[in-house]
Amino acid sequence: MSDIIRTDRPPEAAARKTGEFMPTLQLSTDHDLCPGCGEPLALRTVLESIVDLGMSQQCVGVIGIGCYTALTSIMDVDLIQALHGRAPSVATGSKRMRPETLIFTLQGDGDMANEGLQEVIHTAARGESVTCILLNNGVFGETGGHMTATTVIGQRTKNSLDGRDAAYHGHPIDMIGLLAPLGGTAYAARGSVHDAAGVAKTRRMVRRAFEAQLRGDGFSIVEILTMCPTGWFIPTEEGPDYLDTVMGEIHVTGEWKRDGQLLQQAADPPEAD
Amino acid sequence: MTRRLMEGSEAMAEAAIAAGCRFFAGYPMTPFTELLENFAAKLPTAGGTCINAESELEAVGMAWGACATGARAATGSTGQGLSLMQESLSEITRAELPLVVFNMARGQSDYYQATRGGGHGDYRHLVLAPIDVNEAIHHVQLAFHLADHWRNPVLIYGDYLLGHTAEAVDVVREGFDPLPEKDWAVDGSRGGGGDPRNLNPIGMVPGIKGIDPDSFWKRLQAKHDAMEAAEKRFDQEHLEDAELLVVAFGSMARFARHVVRELRAEGVRVGYFRPITLWPFPSEALAQAAAGVRKVAVLEQNAGQMIDDVRLSVLGAAPVAPIGGISSDSAGFGVGPLLDIETIRGRVENALDGSGARA
Ligand SMILES: Cc1ncc(C[n+]2csc(CCOP(=O)(O)OP(=O)(O)O)c2C)c(N)n1
Ligand code: SF4
Ligand SMILES: [Mg+2]
Repeated sequence: MSDIIRTDRPPEAAARKTGEFMPTLQLSTDHDLCPGCGEPLALRTVLESIVDLGMSQQCVGVIGIGCYTALTSIMDVDLIQALHGRAPSVATGSKRMRPETLIFTLQGDGDMANEGLQEVIHTAARGESVTCILLNNGVFGETGGHMTATTVIGQRTKNSLDGRDAAYHGHPIDMIGLLAPLGGTAYAARGSVHDAAGVAKTRRMVRRAFEAQLRGDGFSIVEILTMCPTGWFIPTEEGPDYLDTVMGEIHVTGEWKRDGQLLQQAADPPEAD
Repeated sequence: MTRRLMEGSEAMAEAAIAAGCRFFAGYPMTPFTELLENFAAKLPTAGGTCINAESELEAVGMAWGACATGARAATGSTGQGLSLMQESLSEITRAELPLVVFNMARGQSDYYQATRGGGHGDYRHLVLAPIDVNEAIHHVQLAFHLADHWRNPVLIYGDYLLGHTAEAVDVVREGFDPLPEKDWAVDGSRGGGGDPRNLNPIGMVPGIKGIDPDSFWKRLQAKHDAMEAAEKRFDQEHLEDAELLVVAFGSMARFARHVVRELRAEGVRVGYFRPITLWPFPSEALAQAAAGVRKVAVLEQNAGQMIDDVRLSVLGAAPVAPIGGISSDSAGFGVGPLLDIETIRGRVENALDGSGARA
């Protein structure tokens, strides 16, 4: 009951600031990403999962190039900054030399689905014990909102001003649909941070992916759909709805593969872990 | 002594393992393939890992991740494969990571790539060019030491001859000066304490917004200046009263040295100079070696690349003439007709004409 906000009288205490909710592995809440950006939320799910598993001092992050690169300044985790698209191979080399560590990559759709698609496919097929985190906003946010390999049909970007046209621009890649069936993939899921329930589910997915890695089950991936109001050229407050209705239609959320078994239909991660 | 007849590829893999290399990743390409095969065969029993990477792009990425954890790691290819790796090699250098890279080149036409680098930005690699299998065993071990000492990639320039010539050699583990702890290496241990590591090439510092490439890269430049001053290596002989100086590196130097010795035995005043490090180039030593000569002849198996550095060293004190050239076999592996004592002797003799070197 104490969680319910009373509206019949003024609150007893002032509203809590986001800083008070800062995950342990975050150095500050001060970063330069846009208001309404989904990437800081997605990062939280990763940092909180590391803490949940007690791996704070045994975790290495390998970071791609995109807006999320700037988030490295607030991450309290040992990091390797990789090149655009190349994080899965770098993570592979690190994991082979330090199998006791929890290794994750942080990549965008431009990074993973465009520049480095072969890297992630090979890493998954090899069944490499690493977890790739894909922050999918359907654009190159960093360069100013350009079309990527995951941009959905009809989506307006700086180089598809009238919307992505399948006949002219080709079709988007469903990354989880592509990677889940590979033999080396132990766990594959797609979450979204457009609402509180989505954030909670995403966090469970990330945790389950990390658990698969720590058990040595093989490759794991969590794609997280994130808002990019700036790159979508929409008002900040419309970001979550846009994500849900426009992106969510093609990039279906849910667990696609668990314990090495493909699911018939993407399903929510079980609540009790 | 337990000398054994070994091809260069096998000897270099053994030398790397003796030096503590525990990770290798590569993608087949002649004449590099046998080096990869030897690592694949030998590393697992030495407690290491060799990954047959799906591409050179991925091979260099894997080696990057491995050396970032503090493990001794290497990758390699032939010049073409190294072209693919350049983006990463540049970043690895500027993230100050100690990677060893083998170029088992097709001839000597990758001199520019090795010494200038094909990647972006200001960066330098130490480049060692062994003359034979015995020296390669030493260079490979030295490369791992220098890479750790400077926190910088070191490249070994080999070729088909080096990789495929069998020589009687003994791979003995060498001792070097002690190295500092690798407290920079990522193992996750600094997470959660407010002071994590971030191995990056653009001056990002945890806890601080933005990047600072300017001061970061200036510090790197100072390191590269120090490397340049400290690591020049060369070999020379028969310099006394020489009228003609023959300059060559790697496999070609073995031919050049033989011809110079032959001519000296006949009383011809000809000298020999070999840069052992291609970068840093031993400019001052070469200038000194060339001080009294009437002519400098450069023997290299390419259209003329090292000759730039020779000219920059000699600075007009003597005319510098190319006596090498493009020379390949029909398969393109760099085993051309120039790799022949009589041919090279003929070219040196041509260069001698008018140099006053004949008694
Ligand atoms: C090899 C290379 N090509 C291009 C770029 C320029 N670049 C920087 S970030 C970026 C796109 C990033 O997109 P994404 O990974 O989706 O991240 P987002 O900014 O959307 O979070 C590009 C193309 C680069 N850094 N390196
Ligand atoms: S451009 Fe998009 S992805 Fe980048 S910080 Fe802004 S909202 Fe986030
Ligand atoms: Mg993106």
